[in-house]
This record gives sequence, structure tokens and C-alpha cells, in this order.
Amino acid sequence: MSLSDRQAPSTRLAIPELLIGLGLLACAAAVAWQTLAIPVSPLYSKVGPRVFPYITMAGLIVLSLLLVLAALRGGWEPEEEKETPADWKAMGLVAAGLVANLALIQPLGFTAASVVMFVLVCFGFGSRHPLRDALLGLALALAAYFGFARALGVNIGAGLVENQLNPLIDAVLRMGRS
Amino acid sequence: MDTLGYLAHGFAVAFTPTNLLWCLVGTTLGTAIGVLPGLGPALTIALLLPITYQVAPEASFILFAGIYYGAMFGGSTTSILLNTPGESATIVTALEGNRMARSGRGGAALATSAIGSFVAGTLGTLGVAFLAPVVVKFALAFGPAEYFSLMVLAFITVSAVLGSSSVRGLTSLFVGFVIGMIGVDLQTGQPRFTFGMAELLDGVDVIIVAVGLFAVGETLYMASRRYAGKDEIVPLKGSLYMTASEWSRSWRPWLRGAAIGFPIGAMPAGGAEIPTFLSYAIEKKLSKHKEEFGTVGAIEGVAGPEAANNASAAGVLVPMLTLGLPTSATAAIMLSAFQSYGINPGPLLLTTQANLVWGLIASLFIANVILVILNLPLIGLWVRLLKIPAPQLYAGILVFATVGTYGISQSPIDLVILYLLGVAGFLMRRFDFPTAPVIIGMILGPLAETQFRRAMTIANGDWTVFYRHPLSLTLLTLAFIGLVGPHIWAWIEHRRRRGPEHVPGDA
Repeated sequence: MSLSDRQAPSTRLAIPELLIGLGLLACAAAVAWQTLAIPVSPLYSKVGPRVFPYITMAGLIVLSLLLVLAALRGGWEPEEEKETPADWKAMGLVAAGLVANLALIQPLGFTAASVVMFVLVCFGFGSRHPLRDALLGLALALAAYFGFARALGVNIGAGLVENQLNPLIDAVLRMGRS
Repeated sequence: MDTLGYLAHGFAVAFTPTNLLWCLVGTTLGTAIGVLPGLGPALTIALLLPITYQVAPEASFILFAGIYYGAMFGGSTTSILLNTPGESATIVTALEGNRMARSGRGGAALATSAIGSFVAGTLGTLGVAFLAPVVVKFALAFGPAEYFSLMVLAFITVSAVLGSSSVRGLTSLFVGFVIGMIGVDLQTGQPRFTFGMAELLDGVDVIIVAVGLFAVGETLYMASRRYAGKDEIVPLKGSLYMTASEWSRSWRPWLRGAAIGFPIGAMPAGGAEIPTFLSYAIEKKLSKHKEEFGTVGAIEGVAGPEAANNASAAGVLVPMLTLGLPTSATAAIMLSAFQSYGINPGPLLLTTQANLVWGLIASLFIANVILVILNLPLIGLWVRLLKIPAPQLYAGILVFATVGTYGISQSPIDLVILYLLGVAGFLMRRFDFPTAPVIIGMILGPLAETQFRRAMTIANGDWTVFYRHPLSLTLLTLAFIGLVGPHIWAWIEHRRRRGPEHVPGDA
């Protein structure tokens, strides 16, 4: 970016920034609603569970109003970001991968859901070898499942693939021990 | 026992074979995630938090500390060879380091940054060992009111003083407060901010927040700017050995960097950006080779900031271990690891958990030695790691994000929260909101509330307690100056500049 094409700070309203400010104002409203819903025992009169939520709510209101004000004055999005249009197709594919993972993880299990997500995300990032990605994803998901999750003692449930492999792994482990 | 005695005891803890192994695993993993763009120590430690249910506290903290130090070493490799700073603290390293690599002196840049990191990391760790007991003596005089005021000061410095905008920094912090308050209020047992959902009674796990903001948010951000130009890996040329003149140009910046980085890191402000930029400015001013800055790359501009970065990373451990005050996202996640063991970091930690603290400090010395070996002779290995293509790298990050999140309670609700936080992380990245204050706010917010309520209970509900105690008043005044001072300063500067020399567009 050269100096000559730098624009004078615009005084135009910046829509995305305005939406962020208003969204935070809505958050403050949700905080207020939930704070009023906190039951307070009359016996507990000193500093109850509502004081900090109120302080947080007040802070959020002031900050979101300041952000709205900044948005009305032209916003604050860095120049470098403005010059880079978002690649909605890539983001959409990544989001589709995440949603697929969320939808499939209970019916099919972690490994199968991960493979679907892996392929969609790779495709979104420009990879054009879905089959190779699926195999890579399978290898990585199995490594994550049997290495990471079992080593950490994290239970991520079992699905189609894990049910086939768990007895096998257990058998191998038993053989290793005896 | 004096510090040296404790330190000797710490080495006895750290030199057991299992703990050495944890240190090796941590440093290797830390270097790897430091090298890989898109992964950082905060995210990695968050994903590994479940290990606290499996192993002894010493083992997991030695592992985490190895990751923490390793990421600093690995991050500089990426900065130098790829010009994409792996961590915010290595932005400055990229300035000169990448230019050096482009002019065929990448080997020397990597060597001065690794050895400088070792020197400064060792000095910084010594600083932790000797400063921590001093701070503890001071901290024992703190009551709840002082603790609360100190936390207010830390909140202001991490969110409002550092970073590009105090309003956006504070917004991140307050969002962190809201997330931290979700769940059952510890003092009265009342549910807060649960929206009537039983899943939220236990609160939102820090793993979900860190993974959402750092892994999912980062992936969405990288996907959104897929065409924003790719950085090329500069092939590693030249020997890794520094010439005599490179040595003589490096050692003073190392020491100066360490002297700048450690005190700033140890202050309840934290952050590695300020010391690295400060060190860069000083080295540029003092250098006899000014013409190399910004052209072929000056070795001083790599040596100084790298040392400052590692010394400040060590410094951050001082308020963290002695006051329970985390000033970076990584330190905040380590604090939640302490909580998971039921340990409260604070002035008593050094005596009640002597094995843990001194074993940890001793292991940091060992980690530094391992890291300089891992990062110089084995540098080729890490360069290969840089060649992992982006599609598979980010898809893989999301697989591990799923393991870390879904593994907490096998609840799809957690994944929904994770993805919502991911979208928030993307927007924050795009619209320049800092993410670290969210993590610090969610971990430290509830602790500040506890101290606040304790102080108010002791004072019988009298608000004046916070400014009747001189120490508390001082801390609050400092916080106020930190919040308002820069704005007044900018306003004065603005008034002064509005003279004849006003340049249009000089923002």
C-alpha cells in the first residue's frame, strides 16, 4: 500500500462495526435479563451474587455505546482487512464441515464425523483430492482417538468405526501385556 | 531454606526420569506448535488440560512449561523463514530475521535467536527463582482489598494499555467476565446466566473458549483470506554457526533484551509485545550497522527482541506463581490447571507446594538446554514441518478441536458453543479485538469477584475499604492512570500538532 492511495478517514457510517456494537448492546440486555433472574436470598444482604453482573452489564453498555459511536464515525476495521474481501465460498465449506461434524458425531461417532469434516474443510481450503484427504482424515482421526483421547483418558464415545476397532485394539493391548 | 537450597531441591525433582521425559515431550511439542502457524501455546495447553486428571501436578506443569518455552523458540523459526509470525511476540523477529534469511544469512538468524533465547530464558528463569520469594514476602501483606485492586490494575493493563484500542480491549475483557460468570455462584450457590439450561450450570469450560477463539476462529479467518497472498518459505542457506563478528554483535543485544524483557514481563501488566518492540528500537539506535536494518537484515534486530521475548515469558511466571495473577492467555490457562488440582496459586504456593514450584523452575532450566539442542542441530526437522499444506493443517486442527471439546462431556451443546465462539473469534480477528483478555477475564474475573466480596464482607459492606487502604488506593490510582493517561497524552499531542506542521492523513 503506497502513501498516495491512502484515503482520508471517512466519516461514513460503517455497517459491520455498527452491527458489532449493537450486538454487544444486545448482549448487555441479555446480561441484564439474566441478572434479574438470579434469585437473591434476603438474608444475604452484603454483596450478593448480583453485584458483579450489574457492574459487568454497566461496563458492557458503556463500551458498546462507545463502539457504536466509533462505527458512526467510520468504523475501525484495519485497512489491510478491508482490502481483502472475505472468501465466502471457502468459509461456507469450512462452516459446512463444522455443521456436518456436529450433526454426525452422535449417530456415526467421532471418527466418521471427523473424516467428513476433514474432507469438507480441505476442499474449502482449495485441496482437490477428496479421496486422499479422506484417508488422511481417517488416519488422523484414529490417531487422535486412540492416541490423544485414550492417553488423556478423555472419553469421546464410540461410533461405527470405533466399535469395529475397539475390540481389536484391546486384543492387541492384552497381547502386549501378556 | 534459602533460594539456592530450594533450587537444588527443585533439580532433584526435575531430574527424575519421568519428569525429564515430560520436559522433553513438552519442549518438542512446544517447538512444533510454535513452528506451525495457527497453533499456539494457549490452545495446546488448553487441549491438554484433561491430563491434569491423569498425572501428578509436577508432571503436568513441567509439560506445560516446556510447551510454553518451546513455543517461543519455535515461533522465531517461522518468523525468520516464513515471515509469518507464529506468535504475536515474534512479530519483531520477522522484521529483521526474514530479511536476513532472504539475503542468505538465515542460519545465523536462527542461531542468534536460539542462543539468545537460551541465554535470556536462563537469565529470566534465574530471575523467577530469586524474585519470586521477594514478591511473596511483599504479597503476604495483601488483604482481599489489595488483591482486588491489583486485579483491577492487571485487567486495565492487559486490555486497555496494551493493544491498539482500549475500548476494544476492555470489550473483550468484559465478554470474558460474562463467560466466567456462567454457572453456579460459588458463594451463594445460585445459578447465574444459565438461561435455564442445565448444561450451563457447571459453567463454560476454558478449553471450549480457548479452542473456539484460537482454533475454530483462526481456521475461519484463514479460510476467509485464502487469496490474501501466500508467504514463501525461504530455503535455509548458510551455516548455522555464527562468525566471530556475529557473536560479538549478538551478545550485548541478548543481555539488553533480557534486561528489558524480564522486568516488563514480571510486572502485573505482562505481554511480550512491548519489550520486543522496545528492544528492537534500542538495538536499532545503538547499532553500528544501521544500514542493515530494513535492508539485508541486522543481526542485532533479531538477537535483542528474541531475548526480550523469552525473558518476558519467564517474567510472566512471577506474578502467576506468587500472586495467582495471570497476565497472558497461556498463563490464565495454566492457572485453570492449578485450579483443576485444587491448588490456589498465591503467596503460600512457594512453601506449601515447594516440590511443584521449585521442580517447575528447575525444569525450565533443563527445558532451555533441551530447546537450544532441539532448535539448532535439528532445525531441518522443523523446517519440514513448515511444509505441511494449509488445507490438511487446518482440517487437522479442527479434528483435535473436536476431541478436546466433545471429550469434556460428549455433549453436542459444547460443540454448538465452540462453533459460536469460533465465529466470535473470527469477527474479533477481522475487526481487531484482542482475544487474550477474554481468557484472562473469564479466569481472573471470578477470582476478582471473590476478593471483592470478601473485602466487602470484612469491611461490613463499606465501599470505602478500597481507597482507605493506602496500598489498595495506590494500585487503583495506577489502574486509573493506565486507563486515562494514554488518552490525555494523545489529546495533548493532538493539540500540539494542530499547528502549522499538521500533515493531512497523518493518523
